[in-house]
Amino acid sequence: MLNDWLFIGVFLILAPIFPAAALLIPRLIAPRKPSPLKNQTYECGIETVGDTWVQFRVQYYIYALVFLIFDVELVFLFPWAVAFDQLPLFAVMEGVLFIMILVAGLFYAWRKGALEWM
Amino acid sequence: MGDPVTFIAQWLENLLLGWGLSPQWVTILMTIIGVAAIAIFVLLVDILLVWVERKVVARFQDRLGPNRLGPFGLIQPIADVIKLLIKEDITPIGADRIVYNLPPIIALATVLMLWAVIPLAPTIVGTDLDVGVLYVVALGALGTLGIIMAGWASNNKYALIGAFRTVAQMVSYEVPMVIAVMVPVLLAGTMGINSIVFAQSPVWYVVVAPVAALILFISAIAELGRAPFDLAEAESEIVAGFHIEYTGMKFGMFYAGELLHALTISGLVASLFLGGWRGPGAEAYPILGVVYFFMKAFFLYWAIMWIKYSLPRIRIDHMLNFNWKFLTPLALIVLIVTAILDKLFAGFPEWLYVVGMLLANLVIIWLTVQILRNRAKVERKRVAEPGPIAAPQNPSVSSTSS
Repeated sequence: MLNDWLFIGVFLILAPIFPAAALLIPRLIAPRKPSPLKNQTYECGIETVGDTWVQFRVQYYIYALVFLIFDVELVFLFPWAVAFDQLPLFAVMEGVLFIMILVAGLFYAWRKGALEWM
Repeated sequence: MGDPVTFIAQWLENLLLGWGLSPQWVTILMTIIGVAAIAIFVLLVDILLVWVERKVVARFQDRLGPNRLGPFGLIQPIADVIKLLIKEDITPIGADRIVYNLPPIIALATVLMLWAVIPLAPTIVGTDLDVGVLYVVALGALGTLGIIMAGWASNNKYALIGAFRTVAQMVSYEVPMVIAVMVPVLLAGTMGINSIVFAQSPVWYVVVAPVAALILFISAIAELGRAPFDLAEAESEIVAGFHIEYTGMKFGMFYAGELLHALTISGLVASLFLGGWRGPGAEAYPILGVVYFFMKAFFLYWAIMWIKYSLPRIRIDHMLNFNWKFLTPLALIVLIVTAILDKLFAGFPEWLYVVGMLLANLVIIWLTVQILRNRAKVERKRVAEPGPIAAPQNPSVSSTSS
């Protein structure tokens, strides 16, 4: 059990080292001649206008809210799915009821127009 | 002698113990060696994938592809890597330097980390983590974070739009994907991926739950951001999306990460639904299991490429609608049906259980097709009829159809 997480921990440390090493090699051998013209923001040859980091109208933010609710509730279903074989029929039906509530929530959001591109 | 990897690991462990190291240090050293072995093996496969990608694309487009360097152009990817290594690395003006440099590392590292839980053979597996499936889902979201960082830090409007589209994509595909993954977890009663492969002993889960397999496959393509879901890097609209400002090896990391991610997801779908390393003789000779695993993974990889080069890109609101109004309800229904039927058929003999599950899935597919057909009929009628009072929004549609 602990060895499993040791493996993941070592992987967490070692995995970024390979791409980082691959990024270090060009630092040593690649040419470096930056110029103001070369470092311009690429916009198909046209000079960029204004600031990039402006306020942006995110047209799918209600989708994102619905997604958040669903994602959290689905995590609660995983223990139910793992213990499924040992569960009596009653507990299974309670899980199904929970999913039904999820379905009802989805259809409610749908009817209320939350799942529309704004 | 069918299991050389375990043999070498045993030999190495005994050798280290023989040098007088304490058991804890041997465990840590063996873990580091194991991780390095998996990572290097996967990166070598990744270099091969560049060749596979270019060759298969060429065949789909009626070309020959790389065929000059080495037999069948097999040395081509090495030439590609050298070319990327000696390219100048450009950082655009106004980019956020730290956030700009991290994403290429994240893009490849998160994909590499997925291989910690994917079983190559009954004994050749990084670790059979008991929350393996959740680990995979979590790391997939982390890879998306890298893309968002890249798009934001580049100080480029195209890149920013690409990043926003990536968020929309993640928001839509993740729910059906998690639900579809829950079906094999429910059938096997465990979240460890190797345990799920072990549990598929009489039949693969693709026979018991074909609809869930299909949903997982489609939403996996959406997670990869491959066509028809490649909105984040739509060449014809936002040039290259999130990696527009990246040059040289940094772009190479994104490219390598994308290819490897496709193979990793193929391997995951193969493990969850196609029996992973299962095949004749795989239990006795684990090295055969590796062959079976990569056969299945590459078959799915090829299917992903086939879809990529056959279908046009879909519009972003269509993608959100497809995922939320079609895949998510379908996945929820499949989960409910599987849960109830699995309990009802619990006492039945094996073959009856399998046939019952398969029939239930076929009924779901038939009903879905019927509903879609009706919707399409209504939609066609609505488009064909002219608007009641005001002029139709786009008169070209009604005039051309008549």
